Amino acid sequence: MSISTHGPIDLIDYDEAVARFDPVFGIEVHVELGTKTKMFDSAPQVFGAEPNTAVSPTSLGLPGALPVVNGTAVEYAIRIGLALNCTIAETCRFARKNYFYPDVPKNFQTSQFDEPIAFDGYLDVELEDGTIFRVEIERAHMEEDAGKNTHVGGATGRIQGAEYSLVDYNRAGIPLVEIVTRPIEGGGARTPEIARAYVRSLRDIFRALEVSEARMERGNVRADVNLSLRATPESPLGTRSETKNVNSFRSVERAIRFEVSRQAALLAAGGVVVQETRHWHEDTGTTTAGRIKSDADDYRYFPEPDLLPIAPSREWVEEIRAGLPEMPVARRNRLQGDWAFADAEMRDVVNAGALDLIEATVAAGASPASARKWWMGELARVVKTTDGELEDLPITPVQVADLQGLVDSGALNDKLAKQVLEGVLAGEGSPQEVVTARGLGVVSDDGALLAAIDEALAAQPDVAEKIRGGKIAAVGSVVGGVMKATRGQADAGRVRALILEKLGVEG
Amino acid sequence: MSAESTDLTRLSAATLADKLTAGEVSSDEVTRAHLDRIAAVDPAVHAFLHICGRRALATARDVDARRAAGEELHPLAGVPIAVKDIIVTKGVPTTAGSRILEGWVPPYDATLVSKIKAARLPILGKTNMDEFAMGSSTEHSAFGPTHNPWDLDRIPGGSGGGSAAAVASYQAPLAIGTDTGGSIRQPGAVTGTVGVKPTYGSVSRYGLIALASSLDQAGPVTRTVLDSALLHELIGGHDPHDSTSIPEPLPPLVAAARQGALGDLTGVRVGVVTELNGDGYSDGVRARFSESLTLLQQAGAEIVEVSCPHFTYALGAYYLILPAEASSNLAKFDGMRFGLRVTPDGGDGLAATAERVMSATRGAGFGPEVKRRIILGTYALSAGYYDAYYGSAQKVRTLIQRDFAAAFEKADVLVSPTAPTTAFKLGEKLDDPLAMYLNDVATIPANLAGVPGMSVPNGLSDDGLPVGFQILAPAKADDRLYRVGAALEALLETRWGGPLLERAPELATAANSPVEATR
Repeated sequence: MSISTHGPIDLIDYDEAVARFDPVFGIEVHVELGTKTKMFDSAPQVFGAEPNTAVSPTSLGLPGALPVVNGTAVEYAIRIGLALNCTIAETCRFARKNYFYPDVPKNFQTSQFDEPIAFDGYLDVELEDGTIFRVEIERAHMEEDAGKNTHVGGATGRIQGAEYSLVDYNRAGIPLVEIVTRPIEGGGARTPEIARAYVRSLRDIFRALEVSEARMERGNVRADVNLSLRATPESPLGTRSETKNVNSFRSVERAIRFEVSRQAALLAAGGVVVQETRHWHEDTGTTTAGRIKSDADDYRYFPEPDLLPIAPSREWVEEIRAGLPEMPVARRNRLQGDWAFADAEMRDVVNAGALDLIEATVAAGASPASARKWWMGELARVVKTTDGELEDLPITPVQVADLQGLVDSGALNDKLAKQVLEGVLAGEGSPQEVVTARGLGVVSDDGALLAAIDEALAAQPDVAEKIRGGKIAAVGSVVGGVMKATRGQADAGRVRALILEKLGVEG
Repeated sequence: MSAESTDLTRLSAATLADKLTAGEVSSDEVTRAHLDRIAAVDPAVHAFLHICGRRALATARDVDARRAAGEELHPLAGVPIAVKDIIVTKGVPTTAGSRILEGWVPPYDATLVSKIKAARLPILGKTNMDEFAMGSSTEHSAFGPTHNPWDLDRIPGGSGGGSAAAVASYQAPLAIGTDTGGSIRQPGAVTGTVGVKPTYGSVSRYGLIALASSLDQAGPVTRTVLDSALLHELIGGHDPHDSTSIPEPLPPLVAAARQGALGDLTGVRVGVVTELNGDGYSDGVRARFSESLTLLQQAGAEIVEVSCPHFTYALGAYYLILPAEASSNLAKFDGMRFGLRVTPDGGDGLAATAERVMSATRGAGFGPEVKRRIILGTYALSAGYYDAYYGSAQKVRTLIQRDFAAAFEKADVLVSPTAPTTAFKLGEKLDDPLAMYLNDVATIPANLAGVPGMSVPNGLSDDGLPVGFQILAPAKADDRLYRVGAALEALLETRWGGPLLERAPELATAANSPVEATR
């Protein structure tokens, strides 16, 4: 085992690196399935429980304990396989991957080796500019998660230098599906963006399939990123590095950019890339060397004798296929058609994470255009100032639709509506409650308006003359006066009509 | 009434069950009698690693109270039992005969223990065994060998020598064994007891500390065929905690044993396996075997010769599959979560990393035979050797299964001597692993194919020591073992005028002055 510390690393500017070398990457994504119990036993799957309380003899690897396959986990794995256009195995087995590590309670991981449940698929990934890039999937297989080590006493929180380590087996045995791509070629300079979009697409699919909460920050979805460089697309594949546990979309992109620059510097200087696992450092945006990984790693795989082969019937697979929800890309296309958004508008909506919100707002009665106007306009501005996410704002799609309803009925004008929105965001209640509490209704009593109009006309007799003389555009200044007098609570259109009527002019 | 009826420990489980049901004796009396017997003879036999007297008596008194209250109880309720120490028992130390588990108290019960507890059989204690069931003599126990009650200088067989010796020396009427390559049947043969390895998957393995997952099977160790049937029916059946457990119910075993005891085997085809009856089997073993065949024939059975050519390769395949699976199953014994933990003293200036603690723990906690097999298995599974070793062994296994299938076309049961020789002397084969492994040559094929097997005592060899008769049946047809086994037992006992074990020498006891042993 060789451990290197954070030392200075030679880098080449990214643009220069991709100009000189052709990057090829691959991604292994692990997703924790959101089943009630673990992969091979009835211990509950809970997040944030006291250490070593969500365990059973099986997930602790106690002598004599045996595994039993979680049928729901198998169904979820098949859902994922089908969503990734994979072939579902007619029969497949679990295997033991033997290695000693304290967070692996049996000192072997029950996984799938040469017989994955799903294989030979692909995923079409949409990039920010709308380009579709096809990522080929080699396999998706089932396995169990390991426990979690906490290293205490060291400066870095890593095992080196720690005084002692604690192991929590609550996570041990949680069902995982690992999705392995084939080498992804042809990304060129866009390789980091493709990687990010791929992981993001997977996250969206896991959520759409309801197989996982897929919360990156909780480690529900974890990515290992392989990267190698070669001189040209015609050259043989170069030596790859494997950067472990890159656990946010942004980190996936950054880690690949960093590895491209690092490997390019090595190769440009006449050096070689070492086949090794590397650690990703979120804070510095760099990777450091971990374990040297050679093909001689010997996990002594053999078929798990405690489990029978899994043979999902074709009927069951078809039943699962028929029950699959609409995939994100198809849904996006359908909604874009329904809403008549332009391509650019739709992309902005998706990138802003507003798709679900707009869909819910439309479902609550707002027009697609007005829903988009609120979420991508006023609310997007609020989010920008707070560096948050739209879905975390303290306003619901139903409230946005209600607000728009008040505008549509004439009870609010745009200016007032923005004030109401502020009130809702400030936690003052529903739009109607804010209107009532703040006294923000549009003045719809013609009598009150006529009094205000009389005042405004009296204040600007020359303007009244101009209007009577046919300069209809001059009416704006009278409207302005009325609005000012009513503190903006008048319906400007109604005010205009009343002024013209009063002056006996056709609008 | 014969003299034995005055001694409760001499009665079969079936007889004890009848007396308990009839209210002639209490479970408290029966259990005490066995605990007294253990106290008297086990210092010499060393069948037990742990005795649970207080728990056993609590169960016994509970049974007596329930019976007095008129509660309907399991037929075996109140009949004491011993359990091999490889079976996990909640709150009772379980070592599998290894230092590495010394001091471990399991927090859960094996499924078969739950069944025993639900039926309210007092558990007397945990019996000695070769470490992790690796051995044929119980000499590989980390806690010292068990002695054969027929001759204390000899081995009781293994790995389940403790269970067999406990039953043979009247310390328990019933015991649980486990059989991975013969660990129930071979001890049965050399101690003059009945041992049954059920069909793979018919008794749950949940809570059985795994040696080789695809071969391990727990089963009964008793003095009579009927007692084995009673115990087998209690512990067998589907268990959702064991994925390899057979979903269908067991065939009727007690009924088969009762039918067999009538002594009529008309129409039953008994196949003699050519490959399991020749060179390597002692003269005495062969003589008793052919006498037993004659008895079966006289009872109406048709004797046919069958050949299972691939049985020749069984031992080789077994000693690849078993170590391979064992090397992985035993990986969990690393000092991290339970049992022994050895921390290197740091004298070499190196930190006590997890890796070094694991290494030191395994180095100190495992005995030489366990280490030998872990090394063998690790090698057999290594990249580049997998196909040649583990892969080939699995192919042999398939061929052996086919041999069985073909043989069972011609015969309803297959028979052979259980073990090639009688009990050898302690220490005699300890330094010769291959000679030790050859003890299981006749029993291993059944494990590789998953078919059930029984050993029935069928006489004494020229050296005055017991030998066993092995009966094998197709998977899920365990009832055939009981029919043929009970018939043979009845015919032999008629001939002998009583059970074979009555001819065993009396053991020296605290209450009894030593009687002259016929050594």
